[in-house]
Amino acid sequence: MAIGLHDSTIKNPVLRWVDQRLPVFTMMQKEYGTFPTPRNFNYFWNFGALAMVTLMIMIATGIFLAMNYTPHTSYAFDSVERIMRDVNYGWLIRYVHMNGASMFFIVVFIHIWRGLYYGSYKAPRELLWILGVVIFLLMMATAFMGYVLPWGQMSFWGATVITNLFSAFPLVGEHIVTWLWGGFSVDNPTLNRFFSLHYLMPFVIAGVVFLHVAALHITGSNNPLGIDPKGPQDTLPFHPYYTAKDSVGLIVYFIVFAFLVFFMPNYLGHPDNYIPANPLVTPAHIVPEWYFLPFYAILRAVPDKLGGVLLMFGSIAVLFILPWLDTSPVRSMRFRPVAKWALFLWLIAFFVLMWAGGKPAEEPYVTISRIATAYYFAYFLVILPLLGRLERPLSLPESIAMPVLRGGGPVMAGAAAKPMEKA
Amino acid sequence: MRAVRNLIGALALGAVASLGAVLPSPARAAGEAIAIPDANFGFAGFFGTFDRGAAQRGLQVYKEVCSACHGMYHLSYRNLLEIGLSEDQVRALAGTFTVMDGPNDTGEMFERPARLSDRFRRPFANELAARAANNGAYPPDLSVMAKARPNGANYLHALLTGYVDPPAGFTVADGMYYNAYYPGHQIAMPPILNPDQVTYADGTAATVDQMARDVATFLAWAAEPETEQRRAMGVKMILFLIVLGGLTYAVKRKVWADVKH
Ligand code: HEC
Ligand code: HEM
Repeated sequence: MAIGLHDSTIKNPVLRWVDQRLPVFTMMQKEYGTFPTPRNFNYFWNFGALAMVTLMIMIATGIFLAMNYTPHTSYAFDSVERIMRDVNYGWLIRYVHMNGASMFFIVVFIHIWRGLYYGSYKAPRELLWILGVVIFLLMMATAFMGYVLPWGQMSFWGATVITNLFSAFPLVGEHIVTWLWGGFSVDNPTLNRFFSLHYLMPFVIAGVVFLHVAALHITGSNNPLGIDPKGPQDTLPFHPYYTAKDSVGLIVYFIVFAFLVFFMPNYLGHPDNYIPANPLVTPAHIVPEWYFLPFYAILRAVPDKLGGVLLMFGSIAVLFILPWLDTSPVRSMRFRPVAKWALFLWLIAFFVLMWAGGKPAEEPYVTISRIATAYYFAYFLVILPLLGRLERPLSLPESIAMPVLRGGGPVMAGAAAKPMEKA
Repeated sequence: MRAVRNLIGALALGAVASLGAVLPSPARAAGEAIAIPDANFGFAGFFGTFDRGAAQRGLQVYKEVCSACHGMYHLSYRNLLEIGLSEDQVRALAGTFTVMDGPNDTGEMFERPARLSDRFRRPFANELAARAANNGAYPPDLSVMAKARPNGANYLHALLTGYVDPPAGFTVADGMYYNAYYPGHQIAMPPILNPDQVTYADGTAATVDQMARDVATFLAWAAEPETEQRRAMGVKMILFLIVLGGLTYAVKRKVWADVKH
């Protein structure tokens, strides 16, 4: 590209002046205005946008919380209660942040499920998917450290249990744990570094989300049929079609979110976290936040500590190689009669693990966790690789516009052409 | 195709909904499940409000009974304006307590009557002093107690009315008391509420159940003083979002009207 002013088509003279020198408006127009988007999205395609909005809400509320929070073992608990009582609308800020974390995981779980069901992880979107898994890992680290900050009983004991997992590694384990703690137990240095990192990580996530979306705009979006758009008749400009559709989903999402925040703000939390941290009193049951329960169940399904830790990390690591484990060229499960049911079964296993993770580590929960864990891995490591060879997929539609327009009768041609005029 | 799509949609919805059932609700996760009777508090529902009379009587119970052992560190006297006491009443009440202040110009600490802005006075200087006075047990701070226990207010009511004779064969350790609702059934707190322990100014009969209800109401308010404001705001917020959602949906329909699908 030649050096010199960008050839801007922006009408407004002030905006054009900026755009000629830094074509951000052209870019927005290209990526969010005319961006060709498959015309057949269902509401599952809302969840990426919802995740993005939630990330912004978390950062905004988090910054205001940080203005009033004190990261010290003697003051952290009290400073959070002070936010709830003495900071103007502090209770609102904190409850939005607290429940926002849960909403974030609900949204991202559904977002990932969308990817699994419609095969969004397959070529050419492998890297896009991998960046998504990176985001998911970063989110878990951020949420874990955030939960430590109010310095309640579950904060303290959750931090102790989870950091202790690293001691399972031979030779270096104990050193890693001491290094993580900044001492010989979870204490003030731990709280301080967790606060610092909890503030930092969301911005790292924002950076990876940027890459995630950049990659998306290279490959373009997948769609419920899992076939590539063949031409303009298969797509719609992102704006106004999907801005309008995403807005509907966003409002519905806000209603659910508001219900949680205003009417049952502590429902998803654990009452023990309103007891100030006490290293001398171990709670009867140490349970992590609900969104960690499936992974916690996998951890405890293994009798060996190191094995459990490895399997728990493996349950996420396996997602990184998923694009190569699934050998079927067909993306959408709509056309995979066997894999579809295998995937629904996987979903059930996931919920069973979530349920079992909240139960004490005793029978029958351990055996149930083991069966569900086995299936969780079998789906990725055995079923998907085999089905790619054994399964006979249903025949794929010719194009996105075809099944959409089937039965459309004489208006067919007209209807397909019209959106193009708009674009 | 549509059926499959509906199925997926239903599954996603079901998944979100079943989250509630799947989650280890604290009460369920707490292990040995002691059923806590529902005291039918007026503030329990989604639109409930605190009975000001009960909260004020509960304050009286706290002040005359519980505060001998338990602090409520997160409350200031000024907060009591929210349960319907007048400023003069609260000033008078605060004035009955002395707090340590200072240092003054000459560097001395001095005592003065409490003001509206002071935190509730703590009964003991520190945890060790509290333990020394209570047979080694620590009476916890009650500011957030109602949200620090599963089923908070009902549990508090049950706990305070739950001192009954132990079942045959149950040996209660020295200095402990049997309580039907305390986890493990042995608590270091003596049965402190007795009939007519306090004399209510409004003439309400001070039965143990009444005092327990009143103090549970007061503690529930103290744990979440924003409750009423939060719920009122929630109603407005959700109504607003429903209207906005309707408009947004209409816009979406209009935008998509010319797309066949
Ligand atoms: C004589 C001192 C004393 C008085 C008065 C007293 N308590 Fe306690 N309370 C204790 C002690 C000691 C404990 C700790 C019990 C234990 O650890 O076994 C306790 C514990 C509690 C607990 C925690 C129970 C749990 O689930 O852990 C609550 C709630 C409580 N008291 C409420 C009250 C209320 C309400 C009043 C006033 C009506 C009151 N207490 C009056 C000494 C007292
Ligand atoms: C902070 C969390 C995340 C944010 C903000 C985010 C944001 C987005 C956005 C805005 C889109 C485009 C809209 C859409 O297709 O829904 C998208 C697409 C996508 N995301 Fe994410 N995402 C997040 C986490 C994840 C995770 C954890 C994964 C998977 C492990 C993932 C996998 C994908 C994939 C595969 C696509 C392309 C989907 C398709 O076109 O079918 N994302 N993401």
